[in-house]
Amino acid sequence: MMASETLGNFRVRRILSGPLVRSYMMIVALVAVWIAFQIATDGIFLEPRNLSNLLRQTAVTGILSVGMVAVIISGQIDLSVGSMVGLTGMLAALVQASNHNFIFSLLVALGMGLLLGAVQGVLVAYMEIPAFIVTLGGLLAWRGITKGISAGNTIPILNETFQHVGQSYIPPLMGFLIAAFAVASIVWARLRRTSARSVAGVEVSRAANLAQLALPAVVIFAAVIVLNKYAGVPVPAVVLLVITLLGGFVLQNTVFGRYLYAVGGNAEAARLSGINLRRHTVAVFCILGLLAGIAGIIYTARVGSASPDAGLLLELDAIAACVIGGASLVGGRGTVFGAFVGALFMASLDNGMSLKNVPDFIQDIVKGGVLVAAVGLDMIGRRRP
Amino acid sequence: MIAPDESDSAPLLEMLHIGKSFPGVRALQAVNLQVQAGEFHSIVGENGAGKSTLIKILSGVYPAGDYEGEIRLKGAVQRFRNVRDSEAAGIAVVHQELALVPEMSAAENILLGNEPRRGGAVRWKALYHHAQEVVSRLKININIYAPVRTLGVGQRQLVAIARSLTRETRILILDEPTAALTESESATLFEVLRALRSRGVAVVYISHRLAEVFQLSDRITVLRDGASVHSAATAELNEAKVISLMVGRDLNRSFAARACDPGATALEVRDISLRDPSTGVAVLDGINFSVRKGEILGIAGLVGAGRSELLMALFGAATGGRRGEILVAGKRVAIHKPADAIRCGIGFVTEDRRQYGLVLGDDLVRNTNMASFGRCSRATVMDERAEISATVRTMKELRTKPASPFVAARTLSGGNQQKIVLAKWLLTAPKVLFLDEPTRGVDVGARQEFYRLITELAEQGLAIVLVSSELEEVLGLSDRVLVMHRGRITGDFPRKHATSERIMACAIGQAQELAG
Repeated sequence: MMASETLGNFRVRRILSGPLVRSYMMIVALVAVWIAFQIATDGIFLEPRNLSNLLRQTAVTGILSVGMVAVIISGQIDLSVGSMVGLTGMLAALVQASNHNFIFSLLVALGMGLLLGAVQGVLVAYMEIPAFIVTLGGLLAWRGITKGISAGNTIPILNETFQHVGQSYIPPLMGFLIAAFAVASIVWARLRRTSARSVAGVEVSRAANLAQLALPAVVIFAAVIVLNKYAGVPVPAVVLLVITLLGGFVLQNTVFGRYLYAVGGNAEAARLSGINLRRHTVAVFCILGLLAGIAGIIYTARVGSASPDAGLLLELDAIAACVIGGASLVGGRGTVFGAFVGALFMASLDNGMSLKNVPDFIQDIVKGGVLVAAVGLDMIGRRRP
Repeated sequence: MIAPDESDSAPLLEMLHIGKSFPGVRALQAVNLQVQAGEFHSIVGENGAGKSTLIKILSGVYPAGDYEGEIRLKGAVQRFRNVRDSEAAGIAVVHQELALVPEMSAAENILLGNEPRRGGAVRWKALYHHAQEVVSRLKININIYAPVRTLGVGQRQLVAIARSLTRETRILILDEPTAALTESESATLFEVLRALRSRGVAVVYISHRLAEVFQLSDRITVLRDGASVHSAATAELNEAKVISLMVGRDLNRSFAARACDPGATALEVRDISLRDPSTGVAVLDGINFSVRKGEILGIAGLVGAGRSELLMALFGAATGGRRGEILVAGKRVAIHKPADAIRCGIGFVTEDRRQYGLVLGDDLVRNTNMASFGRCSRATVMDERAEISATVRTMKELRTKPASPFVAARTLSGGNQQKIVLAKWLLTAPKVLFLDEPTRGVDVGARQEFYRLITELAEQGLAIVLVSSELEEVLGLSDRVLVMHRGRITGDFPRKHATSERIMACAIGQAQELAG
C-alpha cells in the first residue's frame, strides 16, 4: 500500500516533468495569456489585424530563438543577438542606401552575421573563454560598431523589395499552399518517426497519432484563414515558418543535431565518443549568427529604417523563449517547437501590453519576471526525490 | 568484558559492527575497529575493500542512521550528523584530495573557519601569530604567508595536518597521505606523525604502501570485502601474511574455463610515456605490450597506478603529450583524438559511466548510437529506422532488460546502464575493446552476466584490454595479466602463473621476477 503510493507519487512527478506535459503546459500558458488579453482588450487582441501584427512581431524573436535553442542545447549561451540584429540590419540599410540592390544588401547582412557568429564561436571553442563573457563583450562591441558606422543616424529603407520583406503579405492562395506544405512536412516527419519506432515494437495508437497530427494542422489552417481575412500571411511569418521547420528537422533528424544534444548533455561522454566538441561549438554560433542576419533584415524591413539601437534587449526575448519552451540552460535539452511557442508567448506579452498601453517600465518588469519565473519552474521540475 | 559506563578504561575509539549499503551494493558489513589513545593504527585492504566508506562514516560524511552499528568514543556512543559534529568530537581527516583553498595563505588555511576575530573583522596579527605557533609546534618549516597554491603537495599535507591541530584533535585520520609525496617529504610527514602520537593523538593511517605501514604502525587492521578480517599488533604480522589476508578469499570460480586460442596481434604499443602537463610528473613511463585477437589482457594495479591514464592515452583522450608508437593490426597509426581511435577500430568502455559514458537524460537509442551516428545516416540525415534497429538488436544481444529503447538512460540500473555503454562501443564495430572497471557499481548477478559477455566477445575474435581493481575479475577473465605500479609495468604473467599474491606484490611495488 505504502509502496504503491510512493510509486504513484513518483509516476506523477515523472509525468509532470516529462516532455509531453511540458509542451502542453507551455501551450496552455500561451492560450491563457491570449484569453486574458482578449478579455482585457475587449476582443481587439484576437482580431485578424492584430494577429497579423503579432505574427510579424514574433518573426524576429522566433528566428533568433531557433538559433538560440541550438546554442543552448549545446550547453552555451549567446547574449549578443540583439546587437547582431542591430549591426546586420544597419549594414543592410547602409548598403541599400548607397544604391545597391536588395540581394546585395541581404548578402552583406548574412555574411556579417556569419562572421560575427564565427568570431564568437572561435573565441569560445578554441580560446576557451566562457560564452557568457565572449557574447557579453559582443553585446557591447557589435552595438558600438553599429553606432560607429551609422554615425548615430537612423537610416531609412527606400528600396521597395527590401520593404516588402518586412511589410508585405502573400496572396491568400499562396497562404493556403504554404500551410499545406507545412502540414505535409509535419505529417511526413511524424509518420517517418512512428514507422521507425515500430521497428522496436512501439505501436502508437491511431487516435494518438491522429490527435498529434490534427492539432498542428488545424492550428496552421485556422491561422491562415484568419490572416487571409485581413491581408494575407505576412512575409516575415512565412520566413519564420520555414526556418522553424528547417531548424526542427536539423536538430531532430541530422547527425549534427544529435551531436549537439550529446555535447550539451555530457560533453565528456561526447568527446570520448569521438565527437569534435570545438567544431560543433563554432558551427552552432555560426548558425545563430546567420539567423541573426536574417532577423536583422526582417527587423529593419518591418520598421522601415535602421536605427543605432535597433534590436536592443532582443537577446532577452530569445533566451526567455527557449527557456519557456523547455530548453535547459545546463544544455542537452530543448526543442525548436518549444522555442517557437516561447517566442510567440514573449511576442504576445509585448503586443498585448502595448495594446493596453501598459507603460514601458512595467512591460520590462513583467518580461524580466517571466524569464526568471520560467527558469525557476524548470528548476523545480527537475528536482528529484 | 568492559561495562560501557566504565569510560576510563574504554578504548579511545570503537567502531562496532559497522555496515553500510548503497543501492545494489553492500559496501561494509561487520567492520570492527578499536583504536587506543596514542596508537598508530593502520588500515589496509584492496581497492574497494571499504576503507574510504569506513572513514566517511567515522567523519560524519554519512550521518548516523545511514549506516548500521555503533561508534563510541571513550565508551560513549556517538551519533554524528555531519562533519562538524565529528570535528567537534576531536576527529580530523586529511583527505586524499586536500580540502584547502589554493588562493589563500597557509596561515589562513590553517585557521579557516576558526579565525581569531573582533566583531566581524579578522584579527590578522593574531591569526598569523597563532598559525606560526601551530607550525612551530609541529617543528616543520612552512612559510605561513605563502598562498597554498605555491606550496608543494607535501607541504600542503602538512598545512592540512596543522589545520587539524587548531582544534582539539584526538584522532587524526590520513587517507593515502604519501601517494603524491617524495621520499624526503614522506620522512618529514612521518616525523610529525610520530610526534603527534607521543602526545597522545591516535593516528588512523590508510595506505597501500605496506613498507610504510610496517615502519610506522603499532597495530594493523585488514579489511576485505567490506569486513574487518584481522586486527593485530604489527609485531605479530609480516608483509606476506598481510597480503594473503588482503586477497585471501577462495577465488569464486564463477569464471568458465575457456580455451584461449589467440590469433594475430591486434594491438601493439611501444614505449608509451605521458607527463602530467601541469606538474611535469611522469604518469606513464615506457609502457610496452601487445594483445592478440581473441585474447583478454588484464591490467591490474592499485588506484593511481596509471591504468586508466594508459587507456585514455592510447585512445587519444589524455591531456598532455603522449609519446610512443601504437600499431593496430601491425600497422602504425596516428591517434590524436578519440575519433582517430574509433576509426582504427578501438572501442573504449570508460570507467564511471555517469561521467564519461552516458548522456543520462537521453534515451537508449541516442546513447547507443552516439559513437556511430555516421553508420546510420545518409548524407548526414539520420536513418532513424536503422538506428533504432541497431539499438534493439544490440540490446537483445547483450540481454539488456528495459522493454523500451526510448526510456532515458538515467532510469536504468547500474548493470543495464553499463550494457548500454558496451552496446555503444559494439556498434562502432571495434577490433580492440578497452574495458575500464566494467563491473564497478554493478550488482553481483549482473556481474556474472558481464563476465560471460566479455568471454563471448573474446571468442568472437575481439582483442580485449581489461582494467579492473577487482583482482578476482582480472584473474578469472584474463589470458594474460599485466601489473602496473606508478606508471610502469611491474609484472607480466600468463594465466597459469598469475596468482593474487604475486599480483599484489607487484602492485605495491615489490620486485618480483617476471614469470613467463
